[in-house]
Amino acid sequence: MLDPAGEATRAAAARLGVEGVRRLRIGKAIELELEAPDQGTAQSQLELLSDRLFANPVIENWRLELLDLVGEQQ
Amino acid sequence: MSIGIVVFPGSNCDRDVRWALEGCVGLTTRFLWHEDTDLSGLEAVVIPGGFSYGDYLRCGAIARFAPVLESVQEFAEAGGAVLGICNGFQVLTEMGLLPGALTRNARLHFLCEPARLSVAPGNCHWLKGYSDGEAIVLPIAHGEGRYQCESEQLAELEANGQVVLRYASNPNGSVGDVAGLTNPGGNVLGLMPHPERACDPLTGGLDGLRLLASLRS
Repeated sequence: MLDPAGEATRAAAARLGVEGVRRLRIGKAIELELEAPDQGTAQSQLELLSDRLFANPVIENWRLELLDLVGEQQ
Repeated sequence: MSIGIVVFPGSNCDRDVRWALEGCVGLTTRFLWHEDTDLSGLEAVVIPGGFSYGDYLRCGAIARFAPVLESVQEFAEAGGAVLGICNGFQVLTEMGLLPGALTRNARLHFLCEPARLSVAPGNCHWLKGYSDGEAIVLPIAHGEGRYQCESEQLAELEANGQVVLRYASNPNGSVGDVAGLTNPGGNVLGLMPHPERACDPLTGGLDGLRLLASLRS
C-alpha cells in the first residue's frame, strides 16, 4: 500500500542530506486510558476499538501495547 | 415521496444537493440530521460531500457510527436507493456498503478541477440515464479520493460490472481508474465527483443532472 506522505517525507530526508532512508511510513499513535475489570477484558475491548474504529483494516495495520496497569488488584 | 439528505456536523454539500434536487430536478427533499433515525416516506437517501465530524481519525470513520447511518444501512440492504458523493463515498466504504477505501491523493494535493469520466452504467439505478461508454465531465474536489482495494477485489468488481465510473485521465492514483462504484444490487452508488455541481450550465455543465434525475422515474 503506497503511503504518499511517507514517500514525500523520505524524499525530503534526502534533500536534508540523509541518504539511505530506504523505507519511511507515516501512521498514527493513539493513547488512551481505559477502565476495565481485568486485563483480558481490556485487551478484547482495545482489539475491538482498534479493528472497528481506530484503524481501517482495508488500508491500515495496527498493533497495541498495554503500558501501565493501575489499580489492578481493585 | 421525498429524498433524504444526510447532514453531519461538517457536511458542506448538503445544501448544494438540495438546490440541485429541488431547483434543477424538481423533487422534494428532507434533511436528515445525523441523530435522526426515521427514514419513513423517503424514496432515496443522499450522503453529501464535506468533512463529516471534521474527518477526524479517518474520512468517514466517525460518521459510520452515526444513528442515521444505522437506518441508512437497513434502507440500503432492503434495496433502497443510496447515493454517496465524495465524503459520502468515503462513508459508504467505512460502512461496508461498498468495498475498499479512499486514501490521500497520490501527489498529496487537494484537487479541485473538472474530471473527464467514462460511464459504464450496468445495472446501477442512478446511472440509467447514461449510455454505456459515454464520456462526461463532472467536477472533483477532494484531498482523499485515491481508491484502493486488493487486486483480487478489483478484479471481482470489474467482472461484476460494479466499476461504473472511471477517470479518463486518473488524477489521484486510484486503482483501476475508479471514480465511482455500485453495489451488486445497483441501488447504492458511491462516487468522488460531484454531480450536484453539474446540474445547471451556469455552474459548470449539465452532466450530473441525469444522475439526480434518475430519481424522477
